[in-house]
Amino acid sequence: MPHPFPSQIPVESYSTHPMKPTLFQKASLLIAALTAAVSLQAETVKVGVLHSLSGTMAISETSLKDVLLYSFDEVNKAGGVLVSGKHYLIEPVVVDPASNWPLFAEKAEELLVKDKVAVVFGCWTSVSRKSVLPVFERNNGLLFYPVQYEGEELSKNIFYTAEAVNQQAIPAVDYMLGEGKKKFYLLGSDYVYPRTTNKILKQYLKSKGIPDSDIIEIYTPFGHTDYQTIVAEIKTFTAGGSATVISTLNGDTNVPFFKEFANAGLTSENCPVVSFSISEDEFRGLPAKALVGHLGCWTYFMSIKTPENKAFVDSFMGWLKAPKVTGVDYNVSGVDPKGRVTCSPMNLSRIGVHLWKQAVEKAGTFDVDKVRDALVGQKFKGPTGVVTMQANHHLVNNVFIGETLATGQFKIIKTLNGVAGEPFSEKFLTTK
Amino acid sequence: MFAAALVALAIPPLLNAITPEGHFLHVSAFTLSLYGKYLCYSVLALGINLLWGYTGLLSLGQCLFFALGGYALGMHLMLLIGKLGQYKAEIPDFMVFLEFPARFPTTGGLPPHWIPFRSFAFASAAVIWVPGLVALVFGWLAFRSRIKGVYFSILSQALTYAATLMFFRNDFTFGGNNGLTDFKVILGHDINTPATRRALYLASAGLLTLTYLFCRWLSRTKFGLVQRAIRDSENRVLFSGYATSHFKLFVFVVAAVIAGLGGALFVPQVGIINPSEMAPEKSLEAVVWCAVGGRASLVGPILGAIGVNALKSYATHAFAEQWPYLLGSLFVFVTLFMPKGLVGLPDQFRALQRKWRKGVSNP
Repeated sequence: MPHPFPSQIPVESYSTHPMKPTLFQKASLLIAALTAAVSLQAETVKVGVLHSLSGTMAISETSLKDVLLYSFDEVNKAGGVLVSGKHYLIEPVVVDPASNWPLFAEKAEELLVKDKVAVVFGCWTSVSRKSVLPVFERNNGLLFYPVQYEGEELSKNIFYTAEAVNQQAIPAVDYMLGEGKKKFYLLGSDYVYPRTTNKILKQYLKSKGIPDSDIIEIYTPFGHTDYQTIVAEIKTFTAGGSATVISTLNGDTNVPFFKEFANAGLTSENCPVVSFSISEDEFRGLPAKALVGHLGCWTYFMSIKTPENKAFVDSFMGWLKAPKVTGVDYNVSGVDPKGRVTCSPMNLSRIGVHLWKQAVEKAGTFDVDKVRDALVGQKFKGPTGVVTMQANHHLVNNVFIGETLATGQFKIIKTLNGVAGEPFSEKFLTTK
Repeated sequence: MFAAALVALAIPPLLNAITPEGHFLHVSAFTLSLYGKYLCYSVLALGINLLWGYTGLLSLGQCLFFALGGYALGMHLMLLIGKLGQYKAEIPDFMVFLEFPARFPTTGGLPPHWIPFRSFAFASAAVIWVPGLVALVFGWLAFRSRIKGVYFSILSQALTYAATLMFFRNDFTFGGNNGLTDFKVILGHDINTPATRRALYLASAGLLTLTYLFCRWLSRTKFGLVQRAIRDSENRVLFSGYATSHFKLFVFVVAAVIAGLGGALFVPQVGIINPSEMAPEKSLEAVVWCAVGGRASLVGPILGAIGVNALKSYATHAFAEQWPYLLGSLFVFVTLFMPKGLVGLPDQFRALQRKWRKGVSNP
């Protein structure tokens, strides 16, 4: 059903008229203007965007804010959210928690209590999610979290659209085992996601018959730059050619690591690196040449060839040039259209918006408890195929393993269909 | 003036308690906690002012003591979570996934230094003595070596940076990057109910009042006089026979304890303490509050801490994309044109007025 947007009101017929407007024309103009004003005040629903736009995390999270606004525009253009016969346009409330964890909690509560938003999309780091979790639970809010994470958490107020450990780390290790790799060097930044992922991987590798002596687990502090010793150790470790590095290094530390790695004469041939924290978006700040041939594992790659992905990428790139949120009074600012890509957290942010919209329409209300119930079993045909929301608030999604190209894109070398996300490792470790 | 300020402090919790939700005078528990947070920041700012404004010691590491106080109480709150955590274990969640039971088998996974924090009394005492002790050791070394001025500032910043890096490490047994979070109860009360949040606000308001009164009293004693003399010319004080380093050490320890107390009340109200609270930029921010409000006055730092943080809360919502420019230009403006901060404005206006009148009478 078309929605009465101001742009659809035929004002052109007046503006092209060469003569002075008659009284009748003036009156119709006035009516048209009034209709426009009224339709601007069409029913709206406030939706929160909780991503850091300044501080250390801004480089990653700003892209998610952009794709969320794009998705709201997409929903609004199609008529908004339809609740019991009424169309509600999404009105974004964007705040900046500024990579500051107490501020995340403050802004989350402000969105829920002051703005009374129906849902919040946000957070990147685990610590920011941990910081807002009590806020969402005490105010019975709804949060969609779009970034791959360590699991071991399940809140009734959070929907985790991204890769759980069994949708990223386990498939990647399985692939390496299939390639005949026998030794595993687990390298990560010292925070909760690498720690937990590696702990799970160690148990999993042991269950596959890899002895303790062939697994090394190393953590480096934030912003670490000296990888000489570590790379030297990797070099001796991989001397037989049967080793692989499983990397959960995040952000800038990847630059010195991969440079040192290449300098030591290590390549993807003699020792491939699988990174879980490097997507197309992170690539923009990395030396692409040093990473060629190494692997990534995600539920989405920009290079996936489906009509849905082409439509998503093309329309998002078009939107970036003239960003707006149709139908509501919201000024989009701070969007840089140059050199942009799409990546897994961006795709999953958008999928979250659509799943929420469908659930609200099914529930016939914005009420959090009813929407939560309606979300379970919700399906959406995204760029990589159909995803399904499970009762455990994680998605069933397709998983892809890709090889890095010099262009900063990935060539898909393996696809696993319909992997069900499971946050608690004891469940998927025992069922395997 | 003081009585009016006390009344202003008491109005929000009163409105929160007596008006129903939705009433136009109602103050939500969220707003109350937000103001509670500003009050804790004000306490921190008063401590900084005692050092910088009254003694001339610019410490750029006060948030270390703030965070240490926060950690001390946070540890107690973590141990109270018990089986309400994600793992339903006796020990805090992060100890489960870091496999502490294997590392500390004799205590069931709890690192030995965590055990006494089961007691609220011990944790409260630690809020005072841990920051105090760190300040005593660092201050003793620094002042004994006659480290002054900018060197002292740089050293204090290095100290807090080193502590940040240490606390970021998961092996350090304080929760690493995630820090301490998801508290459930405090002193037997659910930490998320409006009544508890009201009590925490009142505690913060009480702490701020006491800290203010203490600073006011101190500045009026002979000690306060020596303090200001050290600020204005330390060598003269030294040659007059005063052991200035003892005075400075005492003030440094007192300021650290004040910061620690502020941090301890900050943590249950914001619900998280992690190493980024002691990162150098946080301490710099706190110094800026003092500068904006006006240092070397007792009201200035409080005004600055509340004003800047309220502005930040407002701007990160209203101008999500542009607020860093807004706050940045405010800071530049204050430094260039308001050397005495907000409290110095009336004087500046009066001086301007005099100048203008003079200009009119003698053209």
